[in-house]
Formats: sequence, structure tokens, C-alpha cells
Amino acid sequence: MCLAIPGKVLSVEGEQPALRRGRVDFGGIRKEIRFAFTPEVQPGNYVLVHAGFALRIIDEAEAERSQAALEEALAEWTPGDSPASNSSLDAQDGSP
Amino acid sequence: MAAADSEFVLHCPVPADPGDRIVLAHGGGGKLSQRLFEHVFHPAFSNPLLDQRHDGAVLPAAAFQALADLAFSTDSYVVKPLVFPGGNIGDLAVHGTVNDLAMCGARPMYLSCAFILEEGLPVATLRAVVESMRRAAERAQVLLVTGDTKVVDYGKADGMFITTAGVGQVCHPVAASRIQPGDAIVVSGDLGAHGMAILSVREGLEFESPIVSDTAPLWPCVEALLKAHIDVHCLRDLTRGGLSSALNELAQTRGLIFQIEESLIPVTGPVRSACELFGLDPLYVANEGRFVAFLPAAEAQKAVDALKSLDVSQQATIIGFVSDEPGHSVHLRTATGGLRILQMLSGEQLPRIC
Amino acid sequence: MKLLTDYRKTSTVAQLARAIQCAATRPWTLMEICGGQTHSILKFGLDQMLPPGLTLVHGPGCPVCVTPAELIDKAIAIALQPRVIFCSFGDMLRVPGSKHSLLDAKASGADVRVVYSPLDAVKLARENPQREVVFFAVGFETTAPANAMAAWQASQDKLSNFSLLVAQMLVPPAMRQILSSPNCRVQGFLAPGHVCTVEGYVEYERLAASFHVPIVVTGFEPVDLLEGILMVVRQLESGRADVENQYVRVVRREGNPAARAVVQEVFEVSDRHWRGVGLIPSSGLRLREAYRHLDAELRFPAAVTPAPRSELCLVGLVLQGLMKPSECPAFGKSCTPDQPLGAPMVSSEGACSAYYLYGRG
Repeated sequence: MCLAIPGKVLSVEGEQPALRRGRVDFGGIRKEIRFAFTPEVQPGNYVLVHAGFALRIIDEAEAERSQAALEEALAEWTPGDSPASNSSLDAQDGSP
Repeated sequence: MAAADSEFVLHCPVPADPGDRIVLAHGGGGKLSQRLFEHVFHPAFSNPLLDQRHDGAVLPAAAFQALADLAFSTDSYVVKPLVFPGGNIGDLAVHGTVNDLAMCGARPMYLSCAFILEEGLPVATLRAVVESMRRAAERAQVLLVTGDTKVVDYGKADGMFITTAGVGQVCHPVAASRIQPGDAIVVSGDLGAHGMAILSVREGLEFESPIVSDTAPLWPCVEALLKAHIDVHCLRDLTRGGLSSALNELAQTRGLIFQIEESLIPVTGPVRSACELFGLDPLYVANEGRFVAFLPAAEAQKAVDALKSLDVSQQATIIGFVSDEPGHSVHLRTATGGLRILQMLSGEQLPRIC
Repeated sequence: MKLLTDYRKTSTVAQLARAIQCAATRPWTLMEICGGQTHSILKFGLDQMLPPGLTLVHGPGCPVCVTPAELIDKAIAIALQPRVIFCSFGDMLRVPGSKHSLLDAKASGADVRVVYSPLDAVKLARENPQREVVFFAVGFETTAPANAMAAWQASQDKLSNFSLLVAQMLVPPAMRQILSSPNCRVQGFLAPGHVCTVEGYVEYERLAASFHVPIVVTGFEPVDLLEGILMVVRQLESGRADVENQYVRVVRREGNPAARAVVQEVFEVSDRHWRGVGLIPSSGLRLREAYRHLDAELRFPAAVTPAPRSELCLVGLVLQGLMKPSECPAFGKSCTPDQPLGAPMVSSEGACSAYYLYGRG
């Protein structure tokens, strides 16, 4: 359920938060999206869009951090070896 | 009064030009029909065969190579809206039929064209469509030699419907039965642009995009392959149902398994993004100027090079091979390394939200 | 497309698949609730990268699959009334009610239109004051805020020709139903990331605690899904039953308060019938009293007689994860996307359709 796609906010207009709207770029295509649920949105933010509404401003810092953590954990763990017990993936579980 | 003094003249309501809007009488075979022909169709398509203004055309034997096989095809064109980014129903009606001939390995030569116009259609729209057809026919080097026009009541025809039929001369034998295990599978360019260009102007789903329809004549591509002495085994254009449906049809007809790589299939960024947004799969989206070719693997690179020399097939690339296992399916190695069997499309792809 | 392609990296996917193989020492059965996740899993072929003992069963999270046939029949009856413009998300059009679908209704002359956003339907109502515009408000928690905004906007604009046919479902009650079944074989859940984007995951903490089942809030891209699976497997292997959040770039524990507030304003919790499953208490939403005048069911009291559904279709078992689509005797034989017996075979998100489309027969 619930196809939602990230897009980059190009513009924000509208005084009243419930009616706030703007253009969002989805990898080269653009559509007018409502920001009623993300009234604090700024141009340049990435938002997650569903049914014409931004459901959330995507936390880019968190995205980068979690991705880097995942890749680091996976990289430390080369195939054939057992996972390094200090990697984040093994934080709660030492056994392979 | 001046009028009373002058000689009695019947003020015929028939205007000198076809008027601003199509009316039923434009299809009635009388004066208005004639004016429509003289002002709209004739200037665009004039040629000695059409100019005889007969209901049929006699095609000169001298135009054909002796004993050459002929290919014959017909198709009807309905599209909403009539004009879309990168083309209109006129381009489609010419390209669609010449491409059906090209996919038979035939050089397109003659076209017929029947219009069903809706009462109230702006004549300017018809002129624009006819002008596109003229340009498309010129580019495809075909002559439009006979035609017909009917007008139906307001609200009965989405503006206009066009049916074209075409005759071409076969230059190379291509058929599903010639597909061999080991054949390379080549697509002529990036996929999905036509379908997404139409979607971008569909009421209720509109979006701004740089995507334009890929509508184009494909005979020059086929000719380029033949000039490069490629023994093309089979050709298929990727219209409704897209790549996936075309490959499935052929795999089923020929009884072989096709193996293709998702990462090799060209799809532009904007088309990919539009597909993500509406939950569609570019492998099922319609194209109007793309085809798939089956040809000997040893000649595949040469074929791709030949195709790349033309604008319309600049993105041509090998996407996979015909397997020697028996079967009737299309196997896709996904970009993430998984495996998936591509199915035929069931009905039209609908934008989804969930 | 940034923030999508990053999560489809082949090397990361392969590494995660190996990590899962290494982590799973015993057979486990996991359920992804959301049909969108089912589709991603099959579309990217992720199921084939998992160790043989690790089974994914597919949950009821496909709104069009669980919308009752009677409601689709009602939608068709409304759509066929003169002056009505019936608006729906594209997904819903092909799904059969007891006999026909909205596409069939369109073929019989109904004015049925596909919209991208519920607000597009409101716009149509504004532009066509002489017509009655009805929007089929289907969906789970993710779609509820957009549907609620349509009601709110129509109410603000005092549009008298707009109404909603509501089929709004909630995930946690359905999970509770699945977990309460004596036949339940699900040992861990991937919770639906986009539902939790709106509603947060406090409710899931209660489920995890009361049923001692691990739940990981998971995104929709290949890397998200495999990481979510890995996180559930690790919990299972170590005997934990917590709620963890894989989809941290989007989901907060409290969800999106602004979106939840609009849903609260317009809707209230109600019992709902789930297609193939039956009545689940407090498992859906309906319009509150103040918005009841926008209820299409009241505006168009259409009498619809429920028709018996095919006994061959085992949709209830499939939607509760008790059976894989390919285990159903009708799958791919008397039931295909062209001739569906049940909704999961037609819906783009239905598990049966996904199995058929991606060749998992």
C-alpha cells in the first residue's frame, strides 16, 4: 500500500499552513504538491510525497548517517568471514 | 434599398473556405467535402496518384521490384488528447503504419488514410494534424494516395479518429520463426517516452516534464541494419504493452526463453521518475518509435553501431540473448541482481497510489 | 533519483543478502504487512536472495484488496447514477465487486475518472457545479490525511456537490487479528514504513509487547527491505521482541502530528469489514458527525445485495498470511489477472497479482 516517492522542493507558497503548496521536482518531472502536513518545508528540502501531499520532510542527515553506518557495517564484514562482532549490525547479537 | 434594386442572387451559405469548425456536411460528399479536400488535404498530400481524385489508387507496377513480396498493414489511431508533447495523432497515424511495414522488413511506399472527424472540431486542429502527417509522410518517404473523410455527431469521436493502411515492398525476410537460440536481443532506444508524454497531459494527472513522445518512422533504422549486411531475424515495434508484452508474444510464438538484463535496458531519468511517481513499470509503457531486433550474436555489435548512426536509434543497445532452453517466457535479471519472469500486461496500466 | 537509487545499490543488496544468510540459523516466517513491500520484494527478486528456511508471507496491506465487494458494488451503483462523476485512484478501477468493476461501469456509460490526488476530485467538483462528484476514499493510514484534507477543503469551500465513499482501513487491528489466530505462523513483522510515517509506531510497541513478536518499521527500497528483514531475523535469533525503526530517514516514533490532527478532525474510528477476512472491530475510519454530510453512502442510498463470492478463491487465507498465493488451487488456473476470482489477483498490490506478474507460480 501507499506508494510514496521522494522529491525536492522547488518553491513554497501560501500563507495559511493548511493551504501551503509548491512545486516539487521528482528526478526531472515536476508537480504541484500540497504541504499541509509539512508547513515548515523550505525550498531545497526533500519530501516524501503520497497522493499529492508531502507526508514528511526527509531527514537527509539521518539518511546519510544511517546509510553510511549500514555500508560501514557491511564492508567490515567480508564474505566467508563471520561478522566482526563490533559492527553496528552485531550490536545486539554477537553470533553470526 | 440597394439590395432591392440589384439583380436577385441566391446567397449560398457555403463559404469559400471550409469554415472554422467541422460540420456534418464536410463528410457529405458535396461542396463542403470538396472544399475540405481542396483547402486542407490536397495542398498537403498532392501527388499524381492522389490528384486523380478517384476513390482508389492504381499503384504502378514499375514502382516495385519484379516478384518482390509486398507487405500490407492497417491500423486505427485514437489518442486523447489529440496533441501531446512531441507529436499529435497525425504523426502517430503515419509512423504507426509505416513502422508496421518496416517491422515486416518492408520499405513503406504507399498509404491510404481515412478520417473520422467529430462535428465541431476546429478546422485549425485538422490543419495542424494534416501538416504533421505531411511532414511525417515526407520523412518516411511514403505517398498518401487515397483517402476518405466522414463526419460524426458532436461528442462521438474524441475530436478525430484516423485509420491508415500501407503497402510496402519486402526487402529482407523477418519472422518470429527465424529467431534462433543464441540470437542477440537489441532495443533501438530508450523506452517509455511516448506513454509518459501522453500521461503528462492527461486530465487529472498532469505534470511538467521534459518528456516528449518518441514517435518516429523506423524504416531508416531497418534500412541501416540491412545496409550493414546484418541478417536480421525478427523485428517488433514496442507499441501498446511495451517491451515486456512484445517479448512475451514472441517468446510464446517461438517457444523459446529470452534472457534480458534490466540494467542494460535504456530508460531516461525523467521517464523513470514519472513511472515511480505513478507506480508504473517502464517495461510495459507504450512507445511509438522503438523496436526490438533479434539477430545473430556475432553481428550484434555491428548492428548496434549501425543503429547508433541514426538520431532515432542513438541509444540502441543489446539487452540480452535468446536462451537455448525450451520454454515460452522472458526472464529478467533485475538491476539488484534478482530474477523475475516478465508477464504480458493485463489490460491498460493504470496509475496507482497504493 | 536521489534517495531512491542509493537504496537500490547492487553491492549493498548482495552484502545484505549474505548477512541475512549468515544471521538466520533457524527457519523463520516473517510477514510484510504492506502490499507495496510485497511488490518491491518480488519486483526486485529479493525473495530469491533469502536463505531457504526464511519464509516471507504477505500481509493484508493492500487497500483495494481488502475493500469489501459490497462497497465496490455500491461505488458502481453510485457511478452509474446520472450527473455523477466518480473519481478514484487508478488501482481501484479493475477490482471486481461481487460481479463487476468500476471499469465495467465505465464501459456501461458511467463517468469514472482516475485522479492522482483526492484534491483533484475536489477541484472537479468546483469546476462542475451542476454535477455530483464522488471520491472513492480508499486507503490505510498513509492515505487518510490526504482523504481527510479533501473532506476538510470541500467543507471549507461549502461545496454541496462533493462527497466521499469511505473505505479507510487501519493496520494495527488487522495485525492483532492475525496474531490472535490459533493458526498464526508469523514470527516477526516488517511494519509498513509509510503508514508509520503518518501514525508513528507507539501502537506497534503495544503489539510487540503483548504478542512477544519483533516488529521492524521498514522502507520500500531493496536495501530498506533487506535491512528490515535482517533486523527482524537478528531479533528472532536473540529472542527479542522489540519495535525497531529501519526507516529512520522518514519515520518518527510519534509520526506526523500535523497529518494526524487532520485525520482526527475529519474521521473517527469505526468497525470495518475486510474483504475475505470479515468484520474487524475498530479497524477503520468513518466521517465524523460534522463531516457526515459529505458521506456518499448517505447521499446516494443505493441498495446493493451482497452476492456470494467464489468458493474457489481463498483470499481470506492469503490476506492473513495463512497461505501463499501459489498454494491456492485456483492460482493461475481459474484465477488470473484477466479473469480474477478475488481482488488480490487484480490489484497492482495484491499478493496474488504480484506472484502472477513476477512469475512466482
